[in-house]
Amino acid sequence: MLEFDAITKIYNPGTVHETSLFHDFNLRIEDHSFVTVVGSNGSGKTSMLNILCGTIPVEAGTIRIGGEDITKVKEFRRYRRMGRVYQDPAKGTCPTMTILENLAMADNKGRPFGLTRGTNRARIQAYRDMLAPLGLGLEDKLGVPVGNLSGGQRQTLALLMATMTPIDFLILDEHTAALDPKTAEIVMELTDRIVREKHLTTLMVTHNLRHAVQYGDRLLMMHQGQIVLDKGGEEKKHTQVEDLLSLFNAISVECGN
Amino acid sequence: MILSILEQGLIYGILALGLLITYRILDFPDLTVDSSFPLGAAVSAVLTLQGMPPWLTLLCALLAGSLAGLVTGLIHVKCHVRDLLSGIITMTGLYSINLNIAGKANLPLFSGETLFRNGFTKSLPPWIAPYATALTILLIALAAKLLLDWFLKTKAGYLLRAAGDNAAVVTTLARDQGMVKIMGLMIANALVALAGAVMCQQQRFFDISMGTGTMVIGLASVIIGTNLFRRASFMKSTTMAILGSILYKACVSIAISLGLEATNMKLITAVLFLLILVMSQAKRKKVRIHA
Repeated sequence: MLEFDAITKIYNPGTVHETSLFHDFNLRIEDHSFVTVVGSNGSGKTSMLNILCGTIPVEAGTIRIGGEDITKVKEFRRYRRMGRVYQDPAKGTCPTMTILENLAMADNKGRPFGLTRGTNRARIQAYRDMLAPLGLGLEDKLGVPVGNLSGGQRQTLALLMATMTPIDFLILDEHTAALDPKTAEIVMELTDRIVREKHLTTLMVTHNLRHAVQYGDRLLMMHQGQIVLDKGGEEKKHTQVEDLLSLFNAISVECGN
Repeated sequence: MILSILEQGLIYGILALGLLITYRILDFPDLTVDSSFPLGAAVSAVLTLQGMPPWLTLLCALLAGSLAGLVTGLIHVKCHVRDLLSGIITMTGLYSINLNIAGKANLPLFSGETLFRNGFTKSLPPWIAPYATALTILLIALAAKLLLDWFLKTKAGYLLRAAGDNAAVVTTLARDQGMVKIMGLMIANALVALAGAVMCQQQRFFDISMGTGTMVIGLASVIIGTNLFRRASFMKSTTMAILGSILYKACVSIAISLGLEATNMKLITAVLFLLILVMSQAKRKKVRIHA
């Protein structure tokens, strides 16, 4: 169980630009559930992910994983149990390092990074087998620097790297938003397969309403730091893109947009 | 003249290896080096005068340099001071520490044994004796290069490269990117201090001002090397840095032999560096247009 308990988040506290995003924000997410999150810009989707990962601090409230308070735990320590894929395909990989070096690094997550050889040669075949089914030809490019790959290839690699080692949570921050429609579908299908196979508790922020409806077993819509729609189980299955769109429009009208 | 270019070029090559880590790998403009270079020299000079075998003083210089890097790293990571400023703070403070270590601004080693002037080098046959210094420096530079090459292929080395390439990856790998940066600064400044120590042994004196311009010389070497040999994909960047430093030293020597006075050394250094910087940027722009 992942819990946000009475979270308060204020940006630029003590200045004229002070804005309160979350005030007494509460959310519970069951283990092994796949939650999709939609909402307009500035609704707090990405802030919620950043708070969960420890990228930004909170002013009040607690975040708990399995009952354990992680509010004060440093960001890098939280990633022991989490994988994260960003919107920007460049953010999840190291451009001057080769595909092989990137994979080898990700493969070593959770273990010491000491003075032993960086790439375990015995694992190379396993990496190839992992890349081959993607149909992107990456298995033959292990020695190529990642910076030379396309955005889609980099994002696929970032997704694989984030989920290579045993983790409990997968955090997806609009991870298909920067990709062309076809690549976005490929990455989304791969995401779904990985989440099912590894039984990951997943939080996926997306602007693609169809993805939000089609994938996952719970759907949240956020607006001005609050959850305005929360559908799970059977209810989620019957939710249509049109339902979301009409709610979206209603909210926007309220704001005067 | 060629021999002295080689000797000095190789010494600055060790320095360039250090700057390769901060400038090229970590993308950290580390000004600590202007003081960690004379720090290595001061440590080596004082310990040599106290009777320590010269080669052992080199190891002590390595250690001292890594401490200087540690200080800059801690200021940057723990006190959240900007990278350039952290280096400047350490550089300024170290100046006094260097003076304290040496006891005075000038420390000659003319009387005693040095790394390049001892019982062994005197026993060498005359046909090799003139080259002994260059060969010894070559050995040290080569050892430093090979060790660095090896390190960059280890898991810790991967992490160091990742920290400069995309620090977010280090964090998502559940590693503290601050610690990785500190590690990089320690290794880099250890190498720079080693270069300072070797320089002190070669010229047989320590001088408090010998560090001025260290960063510029080192950076120029790295930029010359990595730009000139960019297409030579078989060549490691460490090799490029050392070759770049020899070339750079040669350029400076030629400038002086063409009649420029040695008092203008630092000016030549700065102008040459500017030229190299502008030229390498112009080249990069061209590539972008073609691409």
